[in-house]
Amino acid sequence: MQPAPALQKTPLNEVHRAANAKMVDFGGWDMPVQYSGILDEHHTVRNAVGLFDVSHMGEIEVRGPQALNLVNWVSTNNAAKLQVGQAHYSALLYDHGGFVDDILVHKVADDHFFLCVNASNQDKDYAHIVENNRFDAQVENAGPRLSQIALQGPKALLTLQKLTKTELAPIKYYWFQDGEVSGTPARIARTGYTGEDGFEIYAANSEAPRLWNELLQAGEEFGIKPAGLGARNTLRLESAMALYGHEIDASINPIEAGLSWIVKLEKDFLGKPKVAEMKAAGAKRKLAGFQMKGRGIGRDGYELHIDGAPAGWVTSGGPSPTLNINLGLCYVPVDKSGVGQPIQILIRNQPVDAELIPTPFYKRAK
Amino acid sequence: MYPENLKYTKEHEWILVAGDTGTIGITDHAQHELGDIVYVDLPKPGTTVEKGKTLGSVESVKAVSDIYSPVTGEVLEVNTDLTAAPEKLNADPHGAAWLVKIKLADAGELSDLLTAAAYQSYLGE
Repeated sequence: MQPAPALQKTPLNEVHRAANAKMVDFGGWDMPVQYSGILDEHHTVRNAVGLFDVSHMGEIEVRGPQALNLVNWVSTNNAAKLQVGQAHYSALLYDHGGFVDDILVHKVADDHFFLCVNASNQDKDYAHIVENNRFDAQVENAGPRLSQIALQGPKALLTLQKLTKTELAPIKYYWFQDGEVSGTPARIARTGYTGEDGFEIYAANSEAPRLWNELLQAGEEFGIKPAGLGARNTLRLESAMALYGHEIDASINPIEAGLSWIVKLEKDFLGKPKVAEMKAAGAKRKLAGFQMKGRGIGRDGYELHIDGAPAGWVTSGGPSPTLNINLGLCYVPVDKSGVGQPIQILIRNQPVDAELIPTPFYKRAK
Repeated sequence: MYPENLKYTKEHEWILVAGDTGTIGITDHAQHELGDIVYVDLPKPGTTVEKGKTLGSVESVKAVSDIYSPVTGEVLEVNTDLTAAPEKLNADPHGAAWLVKIKLADAGELSDLLTAAAYQSYLGE
């Protein structure tokens, strides 16, 4: 038997351990799943502000006169529409139309794009982009030198503003600015994975522990707390945001995942013929939201039945701390995907009643 | 931390014996490892449970964990308070948040269980 490879650590690993966080193996990374408790951290993000170490996420820089051509060839959304300082959600696809990954594309300059990709996919994504670089663009796997800290919640802006001269209020949702946070160069993006207002801050690894501590101090008056991957998951699930390996993977096409809005068929990209084909013919299955009606919690991977026959599976499920119900996302046949459709989820081999409901489950008041 | 009048399993359950009735729960270590408990699934009174077999389950926000019965017997009563307030398991696992009471089938099985001191040393505390 091969010994398990050592877990990868972010520059904040010691900080988490010193704070007594509960650590878990998350796709090969030693990451905090919780500090004070998932429910407490979840509510803190919804009501005040939480701080997440997401340095395990990958970053890929694409530069040069051909940068746009490469980004637009490997990703589904139309990066030609981005202005400098703007970001959008997109996807890398295989020829067969399945997901390599879901990503964020930031346009730094006409000849410079910055991609944020999933932690456990970063090496695969980098190889995929390099392999399809028929444009002579420069591609750098920047994950190993960059840390990412997510500051999320209604008090995120007030917290971060104390540490930066960059005026944050004018930065719109899914826009970013390069500036300084606590005197260190940082990319400040108004993005997030929680359904709340907030920022994702990219900076050099060496600066991450100091930034982390100064953000915690700055947010103290607002009740800031560090939050782990447990709360990150309950928050993104309430907002019905996809998680690679759950709602999307190599076997899922963006049309099925309800992500046709990030697929721009007016341009060419890898995987386009298959996606166009499915869009024209219509998907057979569709991602939908459900709420448990009977006692029990439908969880990731549980099988589901409709009219007594196997009909799909739960991609992510669990308790919703904000709504106080048990809910989740699932794949069901398109003709059975309407709101109100009764389904049964097999929980320890017992069918338990649930019903399809609209997504997102939670939307913050503007 | 671990009351001396309880007996413990390596799967982190406890049992309190009074005559031929055993009250079963999960340990403080178990609730701490699970985190915020949001759901408890218990057997119906009258069900027979077997030593080492699944008695029910507790679920935290993130995970499902089976509960194994420390002994064999018939379920006399279940703690229905936990249905509406499973978070009590985080607050008082050795007391108010007991799970089930059972009629012991074989008191001899108790000798296989750990004392408080042995359980604590098993945990390495």
